[in-house]
Amino acid sequence: MSLWHDLNQGIIKENPVLRLMIGLCPVLAVSNSALNALGMSVAVAFVLTCSNLVIAAIRKLVPDQIRIPIFIIIISTFVTISDYIMQAFTPELYAALGVFVPLIVVNCIILGRAEAFAYRNPVLNSTLDGIGMSLGFGLALVSIGVIREMLGAGSVFGLTLFNPAAAATIMILPPGAFITIAFLMAGLNKLENKVQ
Amino acid sequence: MELFGIFFAAFLINNILLIRFIALCSFFGVSTKIDTSLGMSFAVIFVMTISSAVSWAAYHFILAPFHLEFLRTAVFILTIASLVQLEELYLKKMIPHLYRAMGIYLPLITTNCAILAVAFLAIDYRFTFSQAMVYSIGVSGGYSLAIILFAYIRERMMLAPIPKWFQGYPIAFLTAALMSLAFLGFTGMFGL
Repeated sequence: MSLWHDLNQGIIKENPVLRLMIGLCPVLAVSNSALNALGMSVAVAFVLTCSNLVIAAIRKLVPDQIRIPIFIIIISTFVTISDYIMQAFTPELYAALGVFVPLIVVNCIILGRAEAFAYRNPVLNSTLDGIGMSLGFGLALVSIGVIREMLGAGSVFGLTLFNPAAAATIMILPPGAFITIAFLMAGLNKLENKVQ
Repeated sequence: MELFGIFFAAFLINNILLIRFIALCSFFGVSTKIDTSLGMSFAVIFVMTISSAVSWAAYHFILAPFHLEFLRTAVFILTIASLVQLEELYLKKMIPHLYRAMGIYLPLITTNCAILAVAFLAIDYRFTFSQAMVYSIGVSGGYSLAIILFAYIRERMMLAPIPKWFQGYPIAFLTAALMSLAFLGFTGMFGL
């Protein structure tokens, strides 16, 4: 029950992007195509799950006063790993994501979950929390990516849906990211109000 | 001329907040009042200039000669975190009125991704030291410009009748979209 709860929490109820409003920079910057959004989600999921696991495993050995620098070192180790893996195996994706790959290290979601959850909970729960939060992050990021790519380039994951000349290019330019997320949040507010 | 181009590209054309989407948490977080956005802007200008100088030197004089480039993520973030602490201590002791003005914004800067991003970008673009300095001044100036303008608009918006579902963050995002559209208009200026 509690394990399911830990996994479930991050997906909708505490969705990091649309509810807690953290980790916004990569969401807006790399969501101009569904594929970039998926790549970023996978990288964040890897770093978040692994760092939650390691931090939960060593949480009893870490002195309270220097826990933040230790967390940062652990997180930056996993960020460097994913940075080099992407550079080696998916060079095009790496070029598209650019500086946002190393910037995962300052993504508030990861340090936030380390501090708020992994540091206080056993390994299994923390790993599940990492997976759940990554799913919530990925869900928000990929849906924004799909919406923007569909409206802005007339395709989804590179598959053409309609003539790109009829698409609103503004949606894949920077303002489109702000517009999409504004309408998504307003829609979510309305939905929530209806449920209550 | 080349330095001038770097400055304007960083200041307006590739504005760090509205076009590149870096440091958005602080953009929405501290822009509800003009005072707080002014304090944050000063702190960012101050810290970004110093930390990009230090991280540039750390990369080119320590990491690169020993082929330790893969450590840059860890080294940069630790350098910046400790530098912020050091600057806080120094300001508190030597320039107390400046410290009072920046106050609580200094520790917040450690998690401001713009600082780290500028350190990385200056390496990725293979800037020389003077280019990196001009670049970081341009970026922090652009950050201040965008966040102060945004704070003025948000203060005005307090009085505006906003549809119920759009109150709070959604309308702030729409405002940012319009500002971003305006900044997009700078593309192509000075042949950049």
